[in-house]
Amino acid sequence: MSQHITGAQSLVKSLEHADVEVVFGIPGGAILPVYDPLMDSPTVRHILVRHEQGAGHAAEGYASASNRVGVCLATSGPGATNLVTPIADAHMDSVPMVAITGQVPSAFIGSDAFQEADIRGITMPITKHNYLVTRAEDIPRAIKEAFHLASSGRPGPVLVDITKDALQASAEFVWPSHIDLPGYKPTTKPHGRQIKEAARMIVESHRPVFYVGGGVIRSQGYKELRQLAELTGIPVVTTLMARGAFPDSHKQHMGMPGMHGTVGAVGALQKADLLIVLGARFDDRVTGKLESFSPKSKVIHIDIDPAEIGKNRYADIPIVSDVREAISQLIPAVTAEFDAGNRADLTAWWITLNHWRETYPLGYDQPSDGTLSPQYVIERLGKIAGPETIYTAGVGQHQMWAAQFIGYENPNTWLNSGGLGTMGYSIPAAMGAKVGAPDKTVWAIDGDGCFQMTNQELATCTINDIPIKVALINNASLGMVRQWQNLFYNERYSNTDLQSHSIPDFVKLADAYGCHGIRVTKAEEVDKAIEKSMETNDAPVVIDFQVHRDAMVWPMVAAGTGNDEIQFARDLAPQWERGDD
Amino acid sequence: MARHTLSILVQDQPGVLARISALFSRRGYNIESLAVGTTETEGVSRMTVVVNVDAHALEQVTKQLNKLINVLKIVELDDNTAIARELMLIKVKADDHTRSKVLELVELFRAKIVDVGGDAVTIEATGSIDKLEAFLNVLAPHGIKEIVQSGVVALARGGRSIAERSNKNSDRSQ
Repeated sequence: MSQHITGAQSLVKSLEHADVEVVFGIPGGAILPVYDPLMDSPTVRHILVRHEQGAGHAAEGYASASNRVGVCLATSGPGATNLVTPIADAHMDSVPMVAITGQVPSAFIGSDAFQEADIRGITMPITKHNYLVTRAEDIPRAIKEAFHLASSGRPGPVLVDITKDALQASAEFVWPSHIDLPGYKPTTKPHGRQIKEAARMIVESHRPVFYVGGGVIRSQGYKELRQLAELTGIPVVTTLMARGAFPDSHKQHMGMPGMHGTVGAVGALQKADLLIVLGARFDDRVTGKLESFSPKSKVIHIDIDPAEIGKNRYADIPIVSDVREAISQLIPAVTAEFDAGNRADLTAWWITLNHWRETYPLGYDQPSDGTLSPQYVIERLGKIAGPETIYTAGVGQHQMWAAQFIGYENPNTWLNSGGLGTMGYSIPAAMGAKVGAPDKTVWAIDGDGCFQMTNQELATCTINDIPIKVALINNASLGMVRQWQNLFYNERYSNTDLQSHSIPDFVKLADAYGCHGIRVTKAEEVDKAIEKSMETNDAPVVIDFQVHRDAMVWPMVAAGTGNDEIQFARDLAPQWERGDD
Repeated sequence: MARHTLSILVQDQPGVLARISALFSRRGYNIESLAVGTTETEGVSRMTVVVNVDAHALEQVTKQLNKLINVLKIVELDDNTAIARELMLIKVKADDHTRSKVLELVELFRAKIVDVGGDAVTIEATGSIDKLEAFLNVLAPHGIKEIVQSGVVALARGGRSIAERSNKNSDRSQ
């Protein structure tokens, strides 16, 4: 049955067909036609945010918590350009997201019209794909394709820019029955021969490591990963994007590798003879100086994106596949090798690994002046809120401490901005996560610098009954930058003092936004404040933890150096075992 | 570093040229030559791109190009198994004293004169990049006033079309 409806109605109908349950956005001139039919949609809920960047990060948080596609909506020009940061963020971290923007009428395109910005051109390098739609009849296909592209293959953001005249014109609504994208055919199944070769290499190696990246979470391959890890007894490291893909409490887990990784995880990668790379991309924050990264190892690289394989590190066995699918096929292949009696002894490797783990555990010093230790706050939060909670973080010291000290047992419980490193991610992402997983407790662990970039979304949270909880790790500084100034710029603290122990008053700010505000300055107040927050669900809670500003993130591999030069505390380098290299 | 010729089949859609050229610049590769035109199939355009990169960079750029949704197929055409040609128009100084010498060079390189002015001639020449470079070298002493080039176009030798070739550049594991 054919029916003629406006492009705007067609867009809303398309969102309904795409099973969208929530859209984060702000109206404006060019997108205004959409907001009228959106009011009447029985299934699509619109959450009015306070800044488009908040809409984008909320869509990311929603997607990362729920494994669904996050959707954000903005008007043309500045509305669209405010989405650029979250779109770039989603692109770096492979977050499935559809961004819909209004555009000036097609007759005005190119005329520098009011609120005109070439958002398709602007977002070309930071989207998986994007569209400029100028005809009402093209809207359903663009939306159907956008959701398919965003969620399949290597997930990512897709932008659909729609001109105002296309939204106002009328056309017959036809939801396409199939998708016709001849240039898009992601390889999701591994090559059988490669799997066999990989299995042989795995069982033969004496110092193997599973180098697990965010791809394992996006492909939902964590159950299979655990099965394969336990089958083989091989150590596991989880990158910043993969925290929670493998339980932190598991005895085979060596922790997080990279610039602020554990000595055990960094050492495991450095001294390995085989890296089994699962949905990871040899990011510079993991490898340190590439030339000296894991110098003796062979590489089995499994990723759904062929362009990641061989990009930074040669792969001896490249496998283009959905990671979950490839792991499922590795399990019987490895079992067959074991059954045939092929199995290298990992005892010596584990002795070395356990030695590193016991000698260089994660730790921190309590400030000598009795002020609050940020690591202690985060450690207590992890203990009290527990592993079922979803944690989001901004970017900087608090993010690294949150990655180190919370203790993750479940996938999709650690959401952060890994690739782009976007300060301000935490609050809106927590809001989106809470909407995507309403039954879960959501804690935003944020820094005082990050918090002041996007905290206006607390208004959105209060008004829309999205009771997130905020642990503000307030060291009155741009802490990570300050740490670098301390280490590399002779303690000259240029422009990193935010003075946010006094301005603003975060408790009053919380109050102004209709949230509960609590200030904590002493260790003995920490548990009580967190416990009280856990019991409070009538509004968001903000705890202003005023912490010591000289605390540093350790271990650390200084930028530009090799991983062998990791320091677990200032000027203290681990002793690697003799005979390891 | 070596010169590589990529033949890229793309969906003929608005913005596709921008996507391709932007990808080269964003990933840090410089396009030496670019030619775009329609093909035997409606809705499909063909781009011939010449880049000067090493083998690793070529693999990267090919894989990144393959990720573009509008890219249908990429084949590298090498000099031994493909024919590559470029069209060039050259305005060279030529008066009554030198015109015959220029004419001699034009015939030697199987080019042709397409316009004659009082103090210059315009030459149309086609050939490989190397041949055209050699031609420019011998013309240079006469004084080259202006050059325009079409960009290289290339086709594989033999009976098979690009559509019939496998896309093996895209991924070593397939």
